[in-house]
This record gives sequence, C-alpha cells and structure tokens, in this order.
Amino acid sequence: MGSLTKKQKNTLLRIIVTFVLFVILMVCEHTGVFAPLPWWAVTLIFLVPYAVIGYDIIIKAGKNISHGQVFDENFLMLVATVAAFCIGEYSEAVAVMLFYQVGELFQSYAVGKARSSITDLMNIVPEYANVEWENEVRQVDPDDVEVGDTIIIKPGERIPLDAVITEGETMIDTAALTGESVPRRAAAGDEVISGCINGSGTVKARVTKAFEDSTVTRILELVENAGSKKARVENFITRFAKYYTPVVTICALILAVIPSLLTGEWSEWIARACTFLVISCPCALVISVPLGFFGGIGAASKAGILVKGGNYLEAVSGITSVVFDKTGTLTKGEFRVNKVQPAGCTEEELLETAAHAECFSDHPIAVSIREAYGKPVNSARVAEAKETAGHGISVLIDGKPVLLGNFKLMQVNGIAAKELDCAGTAVYAARDGVFLGTIVISDSIKDGSPEAIKALKAAGVKKTVMLTGDRRAEADSVSAQLGIDEHYSDLLPADKVGIVEKLLSGNTKTDRLAFVGDGINDAPVLARADVGIAMGSMGSDAAIEAADIVIMDDDLRKIPAVMRIAAKTMRIVRENIVFALGVKFAVLILGALGIANMWLAVFADVGVAVIAILNSMRTLRSKEKA
Amino acid sequence: MKKKFKLEDLDCANCAQKMEDAIKNIPGVSDASVNFMMQKMTIEADDDRFDDIMKQVVAECNKVEPECRILM
Repeated sequence: MGSLTKKQKNTLLRIIVTFVLFVILMVCEHTGVFAPLPWWAVTLIFLVPYAVIGYDIIIKAGKNISHGQVFDENFLMLVATVAAFCIGEYSEAVAVMLFYQVGELFQSYAVGKARSSITDLMNIVPEYANVEWENEVRQVDPDDVEVGDTIIIKPGERIPLDAVITEGETMIDTAALTGESVPRRAAAGDEVISGCINGSGTVKARVTKAFEDSTVTRILELVENAGSKKARVENFITRFAKYYTPVVTICALILAVIPSLLTGEWSEWIARACTFLVISCPCALVISVPLGFFGGIGAASKAGILVKGGNYLEAVSGITSVVFDKTGTLTKGEFRVNKVQPAGCTEEELLETAAHAECFSDHPIAVSIREAYGKPVNSARVAEAKETAGHGISVLIDGKPVLLGNFKLMQVNGIAAKELDCAGTAVYAARDGVFLGTIVISDSIKDGSPEAIKALKAAGVKKTVMLTGDRRAEADSVSAQLGIDEHYSDLLPADKVGIVEKLLSGNTKTDRLAFVGDGINDAPVLARADVGIAMGSMGSDAAIEAADIVIMDDDLRKIPAVMRIAAKTMRIVRENIVFALGVKFAVLILGALGIANMWLAVFADVGVAVIAILNSMRTLRSKEKA
Repeated sequence: MKKKFKLEDLDCANCAQKMEDAIKNIPGVSDASVNFMMQKMTIEADDDRFDDIMKQVVAECNKVEPECRILM
C-alpha cells in the first residue's frame, strides 16, 4: 500500500487508533467495568473514538447542511450514528462509523488503483523533443516545436510529434498505439506517428503536425472525452441515484415515526430507521458502473481499438449485422497483377510488352503491370503512344504496333482475342495484329479478413454484408472467398447510405448494425450506422473524426475483439447493478422487519461498493492482444 | 473559451455529478463536465468573465466536496 495519498494515510491512522480504542472499550463493557458509571459518563467515553474516526464526516455534514445539501451521505451517517447514541447503542454507533471509514478508504484506494492502471495504458505522452535549430540540438517541450522543424529521435525515445523520416533507418514499436507487438521498419520518406517508441536507430525527421494536432494528443483527448458519452445504463444509474437517496431517507423517517406512534417502542423503530440511513448512498452503483465502462474502453485501447464512448461499447455488444466496405477494408486496396495468361508467347514477353506500352502512365493499373514486370523499362523503345478513352492505348514498341486495353479494343481492331470472365480487371494485349494474351489485375484480400469474418459469426453476428463500387464478378469472387452472406456491387457512394438504411429498417429494436469502412469516402455511412467503425490507417483525420470506433492498425480481427470486450463489460456492469440493488433492497427489507442490524447495513453500503468496484476492475484485464 | 483543470481528492462519483450540475447552472457557463475517472474538469464559458466565473466554480465545488481542490 505504498501509493496512498496523504489523505488516505491520515484516514488509515485514524482507523487503527479507533480500532484499538474500540476493542478496549468493548472489553471494558463486557467485563462490567462501566456498570457502576452513570449513562452520561459511558456516552462521553464512547464519544472519544467516535470523534476520532468521524470528525471529518461531522464537519462535512455541518458544512453541507449550511449549503442546503440535505440528502448528503455524510449528514445521513451523522443522523444514523447520533440516533444510535440516543437509543443507547454506543458500540454500534462507533462501529458503523469505523466500518464506513474502512470502506471509504478501500473504495478510494480501489478507484485510485483502477484509475492509475488505465492512465498507464494511456501513458503515451512524449515528454520532450530533440530539435535541431541552426545546427544545434536542443531538448524542448513538444508543444514548442513547429511544423517543418527537424527533430532527432534517439533509440528508446518516444516519438514526440507526427513526422516524416529524412535520414536514418530504424525499427518502431507501435504497441502503445496499435497493440501490435512486432516492430515496424521505417526509413527515410516513411511517416512516423507520435506516441510510438523508436527502437533501434537514431533518425532525423521533419515534423508534419504541431503537437496539438498530432496523433498522440488527439488519441488522448478522444479517450478522456469518452467518459462524457454515456451508455444508457449509466444514464439510468445517474437518474436512479438522484431519487434513491431522498426516497430511502423519507422511508427511514416514516419508519421511525409512524410505527413508534402506534406501538410506543421508539428505540426499536429508530434503530430500524438507522439501518435505512446507512444504506441510503447509491455509491456502489455510481462508481462501479462508469468504472466498468471506463475499464472496457481502456482494455480496448490497449488492444489498439479506440472507442469514443460508453454508449458505443454498449451498442457494440448488441451488433447482429456488420456491413463492410470492400476496397481498403476487406481488401488491401492495392492493385496487383494476379494472373498472366499468354497466348502464343511467354509470360515474360507478355509482361515486357505490356510494361513498355504502359511506360508513360501513372494509372494504378499501369503501375501494377510495371511492378509485376520488375525490370527497368526502356522508354526509348516506345513511340507514338496514343490513348483511346474507355478502351486503352496503342503504341509502337521497337517499331511494331502494340495494342493494350480492354476486350472492346481488341474487337474494334479485329483481333482474335478470347474474352476472359474473371474477377478483377482484365488487360488484353496484341502485337502486330496478333493476340498476345491477358493480364488480370485485382485487389488482394487482406490478411486476417477470412478469420475476422469467422470470428464475428462466433461472437454472435448473424449477417455480414459487403458493399462495393466494383463489378459483379469481382464482388462475387471476394465475398465467396471470405464467406460473406450478402453483397451489393456496382454501387455509387450515395447508394451505400441507402442500402445501410434499408438494412437498418429491417432490424429489431435491440439489433445493432455496424459499418466498417476506411473512413474517407464513407463518412455519411459511418454516421448513419448504429456503430461506425473506421480503419484508422494510423492517424487519418477523416477516419478518427467520423467514426465511433477506430481500429488503429486496420486489422479486421479487432472487430470481434472489441465485441468480446464489450460483451464482457456489459456483463460485469449488469452483474454489479443486480448485485448492488439486490443486496441493498434485501437489507432494506430485512432492516424494516428488524432482522438486519446496523452491521449488515454497513456491509450493504460500503462492502457492496468495494465488491462492485473490484468486479468492475476486471473489465480492464482483457485477454485481447494485437 | 474552453479550459481544463486537474482536480485533487475528488473521492466520490456522486459528488462529481453534483458538481457538474452545479457548475452548469452558473450564468455564463455554456458547458461543463467533471470527469471523476480522469479527475479533470472542463469548463466552457464566456471569455471576458472567465476569472469571475471561475471564482463561482470554486465556490460551488467547495459546497459539494470541501476536500476537493481545483489545481489552477
């Protein structure tokens, strides 16, 4: 218990002193030492430990009354214990105060512990930056560095600002942000993200974003603000807490007065009313429910998933359908030559011809063909390049006419080509009027996508849907490979919102629909879905803004992971609500019947709070790794 | 203007909620939040009266939880 605050240490000392005094007094009482003393003397003796343990509560209660805060737990504790004194239950009065303080101390310690373990997760703030100013390196606050400055990042240091490496090469540990434990290589020209740790080499980098706009600041703000977006359960608890204390207090008053007037047994009914007052604080719920959500959000961010609020965590636990955008989400969004089908020449020859024909183009298809060829292209061999819109190009290579384009281009030029029906984009080539073959270019499926779809099903998702602007054949192929239930192809960006709305209208009240996209063209759909999940691409502004949940490393397997975290969080929160309310109501009833005493009431108050807090802290411990 | 403050010895979640409600009711405050978990308070209020409003905020916080201090 080395991490106690000053206030906590003070309370602990008072608890020990009171406990010792209390034991001595109990022994005296039971051995009859107090028997010859008059009642006022005994009261005075018991008032000593009572004052030691409860003076701050008495002062607070007094202050709050003067501010008009009647239903304050301190005041209610005071009333309960004073009433106990009045009816001669001295030891009970001291004990209630003592155990109340023990519980409060433990509660405060547990909350502090939970808080620090969450802030440790969020411990990604860089403390300084090494800036090169006029050939001199100075250590400054990251806040003072400007865009365009050159910073030097040494091995083991935290990257202070978003930057682009200009010199050097290193391995970067992104675990704090993405949960990914394998370091990433980064060399000159690569972007590095603030908050990550530089592994092996010293690098120079040019700052691209000021500290307040950098990834690390934005993530922290996002997590800190997550608490203000409350889940429905949290709002329910807040409203409940407002009414609970006054209602219980009024019940206590009724219990103390009415039966006493009827039976005349004032002390018996006042004792029962005291148990009510002790249980009148809704602390167990008010602390443990938000703590549970906070822990769940913390566990998710540890795994590289940013959840923007408790309400989204609640929604995630009810996801029954997941809609994916195809390109960049299920697939890598990079075009690659997937198939080379020569007709009457070698693969090499076909690629060489195509690469040369495309040598002046920057189109993704041209780039991917040149990449597949893999050898330098000699543009001097190419002449008279002409582009026919919507068909392709015609060029002279080594003086021979070459055609490269879609099937129509072949038809128009009367070339006997065989049409290929497959997923992806087919590029047909001909030389000297003779068909050379076909090159198929397609996007490849992201690693982990098939497992992610399977895991989603296991986590309770009933329907998976894929939306794409691509052609039917392409969509069929991808969705069959991944095992997706439904897909819609040939969509314009605006059509996606329509389809999501149609799917939403088919859902019942408890069903939740998630949309997963890369966050760039999808902002309206991300906003329309119950839960918008964006592929963060490590700091894409549009994605972080638009989505409710951001997957930092674009790994789809994080979606089933966040669903498991959400389910666990919701289960723990519900357990706490049922447990705390159950115990409180049970003790209230037993108290009214005269079965439960003050001791049990103290347990129902602080004991339950501590148990609920400990239970909530389990949300932090998550098995989910990157 | 929006400003953040760190809080010390804010020990009860119920009080945090009460503080938030009380601060929101101060004239000139457009938005406020008291984050029990992060022990932080965010206040959005009129620029020219900010110091004045902060005095009221401190008074309100003292009423709810005398032990809680606002670090400014």
